[in-house]
Amino acid sequence: MAQSAAASQVLVKTGDEMSLDTELSRLLQILQVHEEDLLSRWTEAVSRQLRGRAVQLEVRRELTEIWNALRAGVAMGTTDAQSPAFDELRSLLAELSRTRARHGFSPRETAIGVLALKDSAQNVLDPAGDGSGLAELYREFLALGRLVDELEMFTFETFAEARERVIADQAEQLLELATPVVKLWDGIVALPLVGTLDSARTQVVMESLLQTLVDTGSAHAIIDITGVPAVDTQVAQHLLKTVVAARLMGAECIVSGIRPQIAQTMVALGIEFGDIATKATLADALALALSQTGTDIVRRAPRRRPRDS
Amino acid sequence: MAELSVLGTDEVPIHTDADVVRVRQLVRAAAVAAKLSLVDQTKIVTAASELARNTLIYGGGGQAVVETVNDGRRRGIRALFRDEGPGIADVDLALTDGYTTGGGLGLGLSGARRLCDEFELDSAVGAGTCIQVTKWTR
Ligand SMILES: Nc1ncnc2c1ncn2[C@@H]1O[C@H](COP(=O)(O)OP(=O)(O)OP(=O)(O)O)[C@@H](O)[C@H]1O
Ligand SMILES: [Mg+2]
Repeated sequence: MAQSAAASQVLVKTGDEMSLDTELSRLLQILQVHEEDLLSRWTEAVSRQLRGRAVQLEVRRELTEIWNALRAGVAMGTTDAQSPAFDELRSLLAELSRTRARHGFSPRETAIGVLALKDSAQNVLDPAGDGSGLAELYREFLALGRLVDELEMFTFETFAEARERVIADQAEQLLELATPVVKLWDGIVALPLVGTLDSARTQVVMESLLQTLVDTGSAHAIIDITGVPAVDTQVAQHLLKTVVAARLMGAECIVSGIRPQIAQTMVALGIEFGDIATKATLADALALALSQTGTDIVRRAPRRRPRDS
Repeated sequence: MAELSVLGTDEVPIHTDADVVRVRQLVRAAAVAAKLSLVDQTKIVTAASELARNTLIYGGGGQAVVETVNDGRRRGIRALFRDEGPGIADVDLALTDGYTTGGGLGLGLSGARRLCDEFELDSAVGAGTCIQVTKWTR
């Protein structure tokens, strides 16, 4: 079906493009004769760039697939990388780019896949390296270069998109990771906050705290803000709302870890925590919560050790 | 009077929550480099956070310009926030503690003024708002 679409495309092409098509397919026919040599060089070039981070056999398999899809596309009579004739090739390249992006390869290491085809083809046809083997293939090479450049652009775009996706995923994971609610004691949970508290994160934080209160049947929560760089009106408001919501569920909150510079800034800003208990350190907050639960902590008298047993 | 020299300028567009975070990070980095005390760093960062968020929420987005300046005697951080939003009709009212039209605490604007050494507000209804704050090293 793609065949007929591509065929009709050829009919409406201008003479110049038409000749590019035929030139490219001529070049690929010549290269096909040297397929084994070409694929070896190509694999070699790509593997060298990846420095052992991909198995050579695997690289060879990938490149063979790309090569076959490229030949199939050109055989349909087009050099336009966007045409349906190259659907197969583009989806191969997209898959390759995404995999590379996910595994942390650089844009360069990803682009080399298609790019190295140019050099490899040149080396195959011009083993002497003095241009004698290419003298009559100038226009053919131009056509190949143009197609490879376009495919490379496509590879790069897919790579960039995939990378952005990875970053967005990580940010989302971090959102959840960075808000662990920990049980400190029977009936006492703590929420150590680290980093910037934007609305999205605060929402997650608040929900996980309230849920943990229910799950653990705790009546005391300590919100520790030692790791929060600045408390502005938004952060303060989020904290206040969390405390009020916890209260509605019958739990008391203590806010701890208010460092001197944060305390001074909050005073200047005019933020008041009203009757919410605040403590300088998490340890102080725990001591307070323990006393509220009626737990006494006593230091044991040093045990006397018998001299010899 | 000594000439005021600008040692560095950074501009940040403010269109999303992430931009507010960026403004905060930029101001903090500049404040650290200018050797402001830890308390003063925290104060100017917090003020910038308030003003940047107002620019985003009420101004409908805008721009921040963060500068490191020197007045011949001391260094300072100067931050300017501008938007082309609805403007503030009654500036005194907006600067009143607890006044809010957005369900906030109503402390951002008045608090930012208290947190900084200099505070200039220029606003016209229908034209937008421009606020500049400065914090000097001691
Ligand atoms: N850039 C602006 N453009 C238009 N109106 C503004 C702007 N900045 C502030 N305002 C008005 O001034 C009011 C007070 O601002 P302020 O920052 O003090 O409080 P808030 O933002 O409502 O609450 P928060 O305490 O969370 O900052 C706002 O509610 C808003 O009506
Ligand atoms: Mg505000």
